[in-house]
Amino acid sequence: MFIINCPYCGERDQSEFSCGGEAHIVRPKQPTELSDDEWAEYLFMRKNIKGVQFERWNHAHGCRKWFNMVRDTSNDKIHAVYKMGEKPPLI
Amino acid sequence: MTKYRINKTRFVDQTKTVSFTFDGKKYHGFEGDTLASALLSNGIHLVGRSFKYHRPRGIMSCGSEEPNAICQINDDTNLTEPNVRATEIELYEGLKASSQNCWPNLNFDIGGINNLISPFIPAGFYYKTFMWPKSFWKKIYEPLIRLSAGLGKSPSQPDPDIYDHKHEHCDVLVIGGGISGIISAKIAAKNNLKTILIEDKNILGGSTIYQNNKNFIIDNKKSNEWLMNEISELEKLDNLILKTRTSLAAFHSYNYLLAKENISDHLPLDKKNGDIRQRLWKIRADKVIVAAGAIERPLIFNNNDRPGIILANSVKKYLDFYGVTTGLNNIIFTNNDSAYETAVSLFEKGISVKIVDIRKKSSSKIVKNAEELGIEIYWNSTVVNTFGYKKIKSIEIMNLSEDGSNVTGNKNRIQCDCLSISGGWTPMVHMHTQSGGKLDFRERDQAFVPNEKSENHINVGSCNGDFELEEIVKNTNNKVKKFLNINESGFDKISILCSKELEKKNIWLLPNTISEGKTKSFIDFQNDSTAKDIKLALREGFKSIEHVKRYTTTGMATDQGKLSNMHALGIIADTAGVKMGTLGTTTFRPPFTPLTFGAIVGRSVGKFFDVVRKTSIHEWHVQNNAKFENVGQWKRPWYYPINNENLHEAVQRESKAARDSAGILDASTLGKIDIQGSDASEFLNRVYTNAWSKLGIGKCRYGLMLNEDGMVYDDGVTTRLGENHYLMTTTTGGAANVLSKLEDYLQTEWPELDVYLTSVTDHYSTASICGPNSKKILKKLFPNKDFSDEAFPHMSYQDAIIDKIECRIMRISFTGELSYEINIESKYGKSLWENCIKAGEEYKITPYGTETMHLLRAEKGFIIVGQDTDGTMTPIDLQMDWIVSKKKYDFIGKRSLYRSDTIREDRKQLVGLLTDDPNEILEEGAQIVSELDKKPVEMIGHVTSSYFSPNLNKSIALAVVKGGKKMKGQKLFVPMENKNINVTVSDFIFLDKENKRINA
Ligand SMILES: [Zn+2]
Repeated sequence: MFIINCPYCGERDQSEFSCGGEAHIVRPKQPTELSDDEWAEYLFMRKNIKGVQFERWNHAHGCRKWFNMVRDTSNDKIHAVYKMGEKPPLI
Repeated sequence: MTKYRINKTRFVDQTKTVSFTFDGKKYHGFEGDTLASALLSNGIHLVGRSFKYHRPRGIMSCGSEEPNAICQINDDTNLTEPNVRATEIELYEGLKASSQNCWPNLNFDIGGINNLISPFIPAGFYYKTFMWPKSFWKKIYEPLIRLSAGLGKSPSQPDPDIYDHKHEHCDVLVIGGGISGIISAKIAAKNNLKTILIEDKNILGGSTIYQNNKNFIIDNKKSNEWLMNEISELEKLDNLILKTRTSLAAFHSYNYLLAKENISDHLPLDKKNGDIRQRLWKIRADKVIVAAGAIERPLIFNNNDRPGIILANSVKKYLDFYGVTTGLNNIIFTNNDSAYETAVSLFEKGISVKIVDIRKKSSSKIVKNAEELGIEIYWNSTVVNTFGYKKIKSIEIMNLSEDGSNVTGNKNRIQCDCLSISGGWTPMVHMHTQSGGKLDFRERDQAFVPNEKSENHINVGSCNGDFELEEIVKNTNNKVKKFLNINESGFDKISILCSKELEKKNIWLLPNTISEGKTKSFIDFQNDSTAKDIKLALREGFKSIEHVKRYTTTGMATDQGKLSNMHALGIIADTAGVKMGTLGTTTFRPPFTPLTFGAIVGRSVGKFFDVVRKTSIHEWHVQNNAKFENVGQWKRPWYYPINNENLHEAVQRESKAARDSAGILDASTLGKIDIQGSDASEFLNRVYTNAWSKLGIGKCRYGLMLNEDGMVYDDGVTTRLGENHYLMTTTTGGAANVLSKLEDYLQTEWPELDVYLTSVTDHYSTASICGPNSKKILKKLFPNKDFSDEAFPHMSYQDAIIDKIECRIMRISFTGELSYEINIESKYGKSLWENCIKAGEEYKITPYGTETMHLLRAEKGFIIVGQDTDGTMTPIDLQMDWIVSKKKYDFIGKRSLYRSDTIREDRKQLVGLLTDDPNEILEEGAQIVSELDKKPVEMIGHVTSSYFSPNLNKSIALAVVKGGKKMKGQKLFVPMENKNINVTVSDFIFLDKENKRINA
């Protein structure tokens, strides 16, 4: 059970949050231009890293804001949280 | 006093007799006893039978590691508890305990036959034998195993006890109330840190509290007396929470810990007074100090499992803590110094004791002490066999060869009634590893010790691999000071004199004269796995410790390998010729000791188990005899039986009434999302498959929402209330997920859109009136309103007033009938509903539930998302091409609709099915085939909705069938258990294809 520092609310218990998988996957602006493979790459392919991973999180039982988080999946250390649209920090 | 209660101690009050029963027979113990110490004081060692061979087993330890003394407590049906360790349960007046796993009784049991045939029950026996023949499984193997194997009985009635949860935050949590835990807690609390100390026993002090040996001196006092004084000082500190009878269950990341407090388990049944039984503490600690101690290891030799063979330090605890001797003629078998403390204690109480030591010598103070007392010591020796069936009677010892790999010389037989064994100590690293910590193997002690990397927790005392009193005290003091940033403590100038172990020797599997295949050297005492089993597993090709564990079941009993894991690893390492430490360990998973389900769920039982959502009209439904069904958390009327109608009869009546005159449905549970903002129309364009820009204000439109993979996700009618204002409805079950999904897209993909979403599901109640007479009822309710098709056409909405209360009327239909939905603020829902019923009286308005709603829409071929779809259906599969905009450049899921997989023509597609016999109703979920004789029979689809339609007077069904679109008129089969049902593929709109009824 982590403690997550919501960029809008501050430190809260993990039970208030839900994880939305890998971050920085941008929905293609022109899906119709994409081949099946390219669309499948966006739709299905996700990394599952042992180590530092960039993730989307939602403060579902709080402010309901989505934000990004950098977490080391091997030890659950959270390196950074930052708002949607902000540049990912260098880790 | 019995002849085994030889000593008075301050921990057991021998003036207070407590009576209890074991296997129906009455015994006496004293206040302060555990069930185990009370049994031992009555000379009872035999307490159970082993799992596989049903060998007699005795009490082996004094704590949570106990593998044998597993009891069933209380025989009341609702309070009984299986798998309780006799070593942990505090004795109380009237306690009823019985032995387990020994049908038909402890002293004679049929499973003992397994013992005689044991050469034929090697590792993996169950896997190998009971595989074949298949037909034997159900009739022979399973009943036999169930009869002779099970571990106790679970209660047959609901648990009447109350369980509690409590959240707590602290600066420092100390786990374990032994000497290192007490030192840690005192340093923390004295430095103004809010500290919690938890200890699973009822008394603080660990093994030091009964250490009265003169070779262990702190500040010129015997270590137990010194500690007693420390504890009384500790109890005075006011920023310290002291919790005894509280055991750590789990150590999660970010110092989030669960601990279980036993509140009334130790009280007699008539003194529990309905108190909380157990409390689960959920603790978030800034810093955690683990002082969990160590567990003594057994030694692995032939027939090492007889009753009367007990861990040496446990023998000492029974003696010095409970005043009970485990035997009158003791032998101690050891590879280390700590067992000599037991020997000296026994000797000082006048009990006969001899020592067998695998080492050649030991030059420590405690060993010299034993030698000076004249205790006979057999150096460089090992036990090769033991005798006595229900209690040990004698042992045979031999000398060890120079390298310890073999035995030499003659066998020497020695009589005894108790054999105390000690194979050294295993640090309790469970907490450390649960929190994510790694381990190092320390050669010197042949033990895994914590590899500390965390800034937020440390391990102190013997769980950290500090075994000598001096290093325990000094290392704890230094480590805790550094950890908590403290410069000075009251322990800086402490003086300690103690015995130190200088000679160490460890042999995981002791040698014997007879071949390994013929010895019974038990490693896991409860699961009956032996050294032989582990070696067999290795020969059969298992290499990973996790696999060997599962194949041999070593470490999988209720003690979770507390006694067995190290030896299993050691024997694997020796046999495979690899170094300990390179093998790793099995994973230590929470909980450390078993948790009751009660403690886990706490108060979330019965009506507190889950939220129940009721509409504001709910009471009316109850009063009108509705039967309810759960839809998500909602209670929805299912049907309203009149007199003794069953479901089918009620639904037939309700369905007919809705089409012939008027029906009314409580539709309040549908999800409602208020959408506002200058980009609201654009937003809807992107989330629905159809176009929204041109929807006029005051108009309604049905929308279908897909996932990005093109599969149908949700549907519902959305109404344009204003230029930049929409009200979206969703399915009842999908409301929360749809809102989350929409918020996700708005915040992450389209933050540029000016759109605001608000869930208003609970704000409005909805009465939906349908049927040819619905318009007349609406006219009665709203006499000033023009309900003509021109003024109020289908798929439009108008504001209205009823009883001075504003409401919205939507003319939309989910039944295919002329239909109106009235939305009103929830608090007026019931009165609106009652007005509708009153106005509809002359038309026999009939309330109907979800079952009739499902039937009516099925007659029209309207899908229900989640019933006719399952996350693998595209709108094309559903033959809903009409709602998928070709013009829109993009919407969620659009691109996926022409992936190679989604354009396949043989996908499962929605069809109607008509049974050849119009009275035959198909089962929902039934499989559909096209050829009956083909083997294996190919399933080409399944029935998704099926009803008897009273309006068509025949059975109708919706189904999904591979390539179904092109199969209209084709004969298919629905094979059931006893017959095959002939069906014909039909259009899925069964009634009123021309949609005349919505304007009737
Ligand atoms: Zn927040």
